[in-house]
Amino acid sequence: MKPSKIASWIVFIAGFLYFFVPLIGTLVFSLSTDPVGRSYSNMFADPQFFASLAFSAVIGVMTIAFSILIIVPTAFWVRLRMPQLRPVIEFVTLMPFVIPPVILVFGLIHAYGGTTLIPLANSDFGDNILVVAAYVVLSLPYMYRSVDAGLRAIDVRTITEASQSLGAGWVRILWQIILPNLRVALLSGVFLTFAIVIGEYTIATFLVRPSFGPYLSLLGQTNVYQSSAVTIVSFALTWIAMGLINVIGRRSPNQVQVAGGR
Amino acid sequence: MTQAAPPINARDVLSARPARRKPRLAWLGVVPFFAFAAAFLALPVAFLIIGSFQDSSSHFTLQNYANLTTQDIPNAYETSIEISLVTAIGGGIFGFALAYAVILGGLPRFLRTALMTFSGVASNFAGVPLALAFVFTLGHVGLVTTLLHDFLGIDIYGAGFNLYTKIGLEIVYMYFQFPLMVLIVAPALDGLKREWREASENLGATSGQYWRHVALPILAPTLLGTVILLFGNAFGAQATAYQLTGGTINLVTLVISSEMRGDVLNDPGLGYALAMGMVVIMAIAITLYSILQRRSERWFR
Amino acid sequence: MSYLTLTGIQKRFGATAAVDDFNLVAERGEFISFLGPSGCGKTTTLRMIAGFEQPTAGTILVDGKDITSQSPNRRNVGMVFQSYALFPNMTVADNVGFGLRVRKRPKAEIKNKVGELLDLIHLPDKAERYPWQLSGGQQQRVALARALAIEPQLLLLDEPLSALDAKIRIILRAEIRAIQRKLGITTVYVTHDQEEALSLSDRIVVMSEGRIEQIGTPFEIYNFPSTAFVARFVGTLNVVGARVLDPVAGTLEVAGQPIRAAGAIKAGHAGATVSVALRPEIISLGSHDGMNQLNGVVDDVTFLGAVVRVRIRFTDGSGTIAFDTFNNPHLAVPDPGTAITISFPPEACLVLDQAEVAAAVVPEDSGAA
Repeated sequence: MKPSKIASWIVFIAGFLYFFVPLIGTLVFSLSTDPVGRSYSNMFADPQFFASLAFSAVIGVMTIAFSILIIVPTAFWVRLRMPQLRPVIEFVTLMPFVIPPVILVFGLIHAYGGTTLIPLANSDFGDNILVVAAYVVLSLPYMYRSVDAGLRAIDVRTITEASQSLGAGWVRILWQIILPNLRVALLSGVFLTFAIVIGEYTIATFLVRPSFGPYLSLLGQTNVYQSSAVTIVSFALTWIAMGLINVIGRRSPNQVQVAGGR
Repeated sequence: MTQAAPPINARDVLSARPARRKPRLAWLGVVPFFAFAAAFLALPVAFLIIGSFQDSSSHFTLQNYANLTTQDIPNAYETSIEISLVTAIGGGIFGFALAYAVILGGLPRFLRTALMTFSGVASNFAGVPLALAFVFTLGHVGLVTTLLHDFLGIDIYGAGFNLYTKIGLEIVYMYFQFPLMVLIVAPALDGLKREWREASENLGATSGQYWRHVALPILAPTLLGTVILLFGNAFGAQATAYQLTGGTINLVTLVISSEMRGDVLNDPGLGYALAMGMVVIMAIAITLYSILQRRSERWFR
Repeated sequence: MSYLTLTGIQKRFGATAAVDDFNLVAERGEFISFLGPSGCGKTTTLRMIAGFEQPTAGTILVDGKDITSQSPNRRNVGMVFQSYALFPNMTVADNVGFGLRVRKRPKAEIKNKVGELLDLIHLPDKAERYPWQLSGGQQQRVALARALAIEPQLLLLDEPLSALDAKIRIILRAEIRAIQRKLGITTVYVTHDQEEALSLSDRIVVMSEGRIEQIGTPFEIYNFPSTAFVARFVGTLNVVGARVLDPVAGTLEVAGQPIRAAGAIKAGHAGATVSVALRPEIISLGSHDGMNQLNGVVDDVTFLGAVVRVRIRFTDGSGTIAFDTFNNPHLAVPDPGTAITISFPPEACLVLDQAEVAAAVVPEDSGAA
């Protein structure tokens, strides 16, 4: 009764090819300069490459920090005291799927730009706030789900009561007890968020931020060979991030898989 | 936030003193989250909603929605829907076939882990890098294009293929569609208990009968739900399409982004209406997906 | 007339044999249990009968026909799984009727049969419910009905009650036996619970590490265990150290006092240290002619309700022995510290060597009441 193995192999090889050929194509392209490797040396010689990568990295770190700051206490509190709010929170974390990035940035610009109450969009600093906020929104589903899974794995209620009976206040409980125990669960959400932020294009472009996504986009239109080298690097970064998630996050059940900024 | 709450003493924790103090305190804990969601999610959407019902002098109007039927917009919706449908169903079928192949199809165990890792990467490898990668592969001087030409004498561009069209975009979209299908369907296939298959064999059913009467009906909500999710996924994509086509294909997301650039005839109200239209479609997709997911969870209890 | 015959059945996984040298002949209508601890091979053997595993050697005959290499969906044996395995997407009625639908029976016939079976399992009003709306016990009954619907030649049950709680188990146990008797179906029942096996079966196959230890009626298995494993696994045992005096005559010395076993002793030569195992209920209070007697001192008395368990300590330090006596409010129970004599028949002595006893998973004489 075993289904035909040949069919399985054909399907797998087809998938394999479809997955790898574009990557190989990019790699070949990046190596087809004269002399070989020039695209990579150009890439490293381009100050914009490092500048945009650094900018994205910083934004990524800030996004992760704020995300944790907002989500961990909330998830903890809801699980402990207000379980009836869980469906509401989960609904909110689904919103980023309903409001795609292009619409989110559209709304943000019009809500906070020009003549509105809080004209964040009219300054560099304001725009940075907006972009971090937008990325935190994008990361909500993944961060919340990893934190929630992590909280489920440790018995939050009992650990909190034990800490309280020993005299700990809320801040200490969160900082010294809950957070360290969530480290593994958080990692998957953190890497995912980082990968999203690095490659994100739409929001960064419309908020006119000098980040990696717009840089690569422009490069793709102006300098084909160099952009192929950068694409390889970008892919390698994504691969490493996902690989780390798979290795480290293997313990947590309910892993949500992602759709990044498309 | 947390400092505002008075320190908990043992008496409170141990005594049954709920009623007045607790509810007020408890709500404090979730204020940051909801404040953030209000400021950066609800507010922008509110602006969109309100703006879509306003004309240039801020009076209430339905004209913006009426204008959705003008110019190229119906065509944009058509194209977006078509591409989303094709890649959702195509990605769904191919993704299912792949997941089936590595889980139930008799392939070596390590291929499953490999596929899951690849899928995790591929589903996140969208946007600008993806579009570029395909340009390098199937563009005018792409690797595959040149290989086919030099070694097999096939000139795909001469035969009418063009990466920068609807078909090309569909091929590119599939790259992040089918991995997402694999990631969601794989656990569902795992959930098909071995005993169900054995029970059906024991009762005399063939493999085909098992799939027809037991396995596919059980998987149906997940399959359908995921295809709907894939639809929404493709519908909301912007970066990939823009990078690949420079905006030459008429998609809803691209029209919206053109409006933001100021390319389209400066009609913000129309932009808002377009955005709202998108939100409604996405909301329906996500709701259907959630309902179907819940349905299938019930069976795997 | 034999109905189910397993000859020389063996199942190897790599170098290890999960089942080896399994031989069984069952009559039509018999209820046979496979009893043993986890990993003893009982489920593997059952699955070979069902066709989900292929034996590496040996043959399986049902009603004279060799089904050893037949695929599972052609064997017409009904199987009830431990996890019920009801199809979640179908109602109870559809589940029960599935086997008939596959055999392309007319709708009216299916409807009748399903109705009959639902009556048989006492769930006539649940036909349109879904499995997830039923309790564990109800699901198990539906699983039974589903297996019976195809009028199988054999009924196979794989620890069907182990996921249910104790009260339901006892009720369902009786129901399963009643249905089986009524329909006269040859049944193989796999369990690790000796109480289940003893109360349900016509015969029990006790297994350990892939081999058959003993086949017999519940009475035989309990009272005349042929190996140390069976003695230990079924029922409770007292084990006390002894020294062999004369292996041919079957005499030993326990606590410095002579006793007689029924027949020659194989567990050791003269002078060897062995163990004697006795069931609590065959020990009686006081001296009786023709029986072995042991003198000791009452160590403690445990009141268990219907039964009073008395523990005796032998004065030479060779250990303790416990025996049960029925509770009688008018009869004095011996006080701790008083001298006491117990008797037991030679036939009840099970002489085991030290190694066999040491290998016991649960120390029988640990003082547990």
